[in-house]
Amino acid sequence: MNYLPNTPEDRQEMLKAIGVSSVEELFRDLPEEVRLRRPLNLPNGLSELELARLMQGLAEKNGDLNHFTSFLGAGVYDRFIPSVVDHILSRAEFYTAYTPYQPEISQGVLQSIYEYQTMICELTGMDVSNASMYDGASALAEAGLMCATSTGRKKLVVSRLVHPEYRRVVATYARGVDLEIVEVGMRAGLTDLEDLKNKVDERTAGVLIQNPNFLGHLETVEEIEKITHGRGALFVVAADPISLGLLAAPGDYGADIVAGDGQSLGNPISFGGPHLGFLAVRERLVRRMPGRIVGATVDNRGQRGFVLTLTAREQHIRRERATSNICSNQALNALAATVYLSLLGKAGLKDVASQSLQKAHYAYAALERVEGFQPAFRAPFFQEFAIRTPVEPARVNEELLKHRIIGGYDLGRDYPELKNHLLLAFTEKRTKEEIDHLVARLEGML
Amino acid sequence: MKTIEPLIFEKSVPGRRGYSLPKLDVPSQDVAALLPANQIRRKEPELPEVSEVEVVRHYTRLSQLNHGVDIGLYPLGSCTMKYNPKINEDVARLPGFAHIHPYQPEEISQGALQLMYEMEQYLAEIAGMDRVTLQPAAGAHGEFTGIMIIRAYHEHRGAKKTKVIVPDSAHGTNPATASMCGYQVVEVKSDERGGVDLEELKKVLDDQVAALMLTNPNTLGLFDENIHRIAQMVHEAGGLLYYDGANANATLGIARPGDMGFDVVHFNLHKTFGTPHGGGGPGSGPVGVKKDLIPFLPVPVVEFDGQKYWLNYDLPLSIGKVRSFYGNFGVVVKAYAYIRAHGGEGLRQVSEDAVLNANYVMRRLQKYYELPYDRTCKHEFVITSRWQKAKTGVKTLDIAKRLLDYGFHPPTIYFPLIVEEVLMIEPTETESRQTLDHFIEVMIQIAKEAEEDPEKVKTAPHTTVVGRLDETLAARKPNLRWKKQ
Repeated sequence: MNYLPNTPEDRQEMLKAIGVSSVEELFRDLPEEVRLRRPLNLPNGLSELELARLMQGLAEKNGDLNHFTSFLGAGVYDRFIPSVVDHILSRAEFYTAYTPYQPEISQGVLQSIYEYQTMICELTGMDVSNASMYDGASALAEAGLMCATSTGRKKLVVSRLVHPEYRRVVATYARGVDLEIVEVGMRAGLTDLEDLKNKVDERTAGVLIQNPNFLGHLETVEEIEKITHGRGALFVVAADPISLGLLAAPGDYGADIVAGDGQSLGNPISFGGPHLGFLAVRERLVRRMPGRIVGATVDNRGQRGFVLTLTAREQHIRRERATSNICSNQALNALAATVYLSLLGKAGLKDVASQSLQKAHYAYAALERVEGFQPAFRAPFFQEFAIRTPVEPARVNEELLKHRIIGGYDLGRDYPELKNHLLLAFTEKRTKEEIDHLVARLEGML
Repeated sequence: MKTIEPLIFEKSVPGRRGYSLPKLDVPSQDVAALLPANQIRRKEPELPEVSEVEVVRHYTRLSQLNHGVDIGLYPLGSCTMKYNPKINEDVARLPGFAHIHPYQPEEISQGALQLMYEMEQYLAEIAGMDRVTLQPAAGAHGEFTGIMIIRAYHEHRGAKKTKVIVPDSAHGTNPATASMCGYQVVEVKSDERGGVDLEELKKVLDDQVAALMLTNPNTLGLFDENIHRIAQMVHEAGGLLYYDGANANATLGIARPGDMGFDVVHFNLHKTFGTPHGGGGPGSGPVGVKKDLIPFLPVPVVEFDGQKYWLNYDLPLSIGKVRSFYGNFGVVVKAYAYIRAHGGEGLRQVSEDAVLNANYVMRRLQKYYELPYDRTCKHEFVITSRWQKAKTGVKTLDIAKRLLDYGFHPPTIYFPLIVEEVLMIEPTETESRQTLDHFIEVMIQIAKEAEEDPEKVKTAPHTTVVGRLDETLAARKPNLRWKKQ
């Protein structure tokens, strides 16, 4: 199967117009030593029907969330996506377009990004959002770089309760421009304030935390803010956008930059991507911001319209002096978020957040009664919490899988002190029956 | 009649909603008892309150204000705006791909891991590389990954190098990437044939050079015939060669970066392998490396032990991670389907037709627009409007805007930076001769209009829903979000 319209006759006519006799002549400028003089060693091409069967077969080798009940979160969440979202995303005018370089015929993408930026500002309590980043981890990493360029300092202080994968990405980006990373330990499931106080100093560009943190707990944000700003560092919060339907906006407790992953906003989990990262800042930081930004303006007929703006920050203008090398955003995923949030509105977002909160607390209370699998911490939490396990978490998960339950995240992978701990997530999609089933299965394991 | 559309916020009416959830089925507890008072939101976010049908109409109308490949030709140079096969959209939405969790047990992720494993092998074969990571989320992200790998390689060998060389015709992402990886950027000039100037290269090469980043064919659409010599020179100086795969659509199955002497390669799956650009993303930018660089790849890598596929995090020299999880898996699924549909022969035909189409348009336009490099091009070429500008003052921007009136997306304009008043045209292989003929005729017509009625071109577009937008105002008085009055 290919998608080539030109026939052999077309090709002949075109070769004639060019003034050559064969396609081979068009490649004569390639030196012989770089030519591949054998066919690529790939499977033979397939018809559409064969391809559909092949892909169906591969997909069916995976256990999907329509057939398993999942209590896995740890950064990506099994949430309900209204049907409308994918119908809009399937509009070819959106998904077969590219970056809106020509605003006159790209108002659809541009306006949707302007609406997205507004929604992200509203959720986070920030002044400016960009048009989206690759994911939460790279958004947080770029936030870290912004801290360094805006303060002129070279040290980032990162809570160990920031998502382990995010911390690894922050570390990679930091190494690129030779920033020092100092990690802050945990105490009772929260960022250790004493340790934080000792590590934040006059050389600290930014303090990076996650709220709710990786264990699901709400951090003592006011204290962290005081310690951070007390030393002139910037306060960066990685936030879960759904939680912001219920939880205080990071802008309200003094964050300077808010980053996070927008998968929860209408994007399927898709084995971890594509999702979107969001990045929002205080007004004074806007010119340090990476990525595309859309602004409103007027056209030569006096109408409102939208354009890519403040491009002097970007790689195609500024080259090696750009704020980042980022070129594309995750426009289609940001569109999903925008449509999702439009459908939810104020009441819907609050409902999703509240139901997640309530279900997680129902499960917490139920597990308190299950000897051996009790919750590990007492700190306030949103929709995730850790339980202890009497045996290795992998064995617990294996057992649950037999009952078509995908269990929790093995915290021992990243935190040696949390060996034999599982992190469980509860979204609005989990029913009382499913939670009761999980609890019963764990009880049955003893 | 299309018209501009109000913002979704301007349609909001208190109490409307477009969403429903089942009633809470667990006992409801007082939120104030569950959360600390200072963490409970006091002011609701100003999200719109609209019904489902209003949401559908609003975004459907917005979509109609947009041009896409499915509407017509999109000859945006270096962006490879080819047709995006529909079946690939369907397969990526299969529940077994779209609704699987990255941390779910490997035993119920075997299909996904197999797909990733095979995709790595296909890309390695196409690139002439030894191993591939699918983790980078876009081309620029691939560049960052690749240059960090190169840096880790040099540092592991005890060499702290300081410079990365990029040609003056390079994409802006190349120098920006080098900076993000802690390198000083050294620009090398192009020669009169559009390739890297070997004399200039010799001057800037020394033992402080970590890498040369090159696009081949370059952004002029020209294949650098000296590539072997360039590779030799860079390697002799102790540097490595990085291949920016933005233009890989020209050489699939014809010439491989690995055989040209490149050590690290990124591909843009959203360009070369037919996945949609999504209005600016999601993309995917896998990176391939030669054997010596495998230990530095980001983790995890997918392994196969003959029985099962598994994720290997145990690469002690790895650069770590550049993105959470395994990259833009959903995009990889579409590109995998694209490669399987074409096979090796099909991919070669893709490149042959891409190059044929580009040469056809170039040769037919060269009487009407200045052709600064009169050579066989590859998948794209550049022309300029210098003749028009000198004669009537019509600039490249005007020609681009006039194309909008004829229903075409304009080419890339004012890039590469080394050619004045440039238009960079990439028709791609999925356009028919008839479509190209139509485009050629329109370009000729615009050249004629520039002579006969220059004002018409200078004030274009005339038929779009919005006219030329005031970008200076947008930058000077930034209005980056809606605010409730």
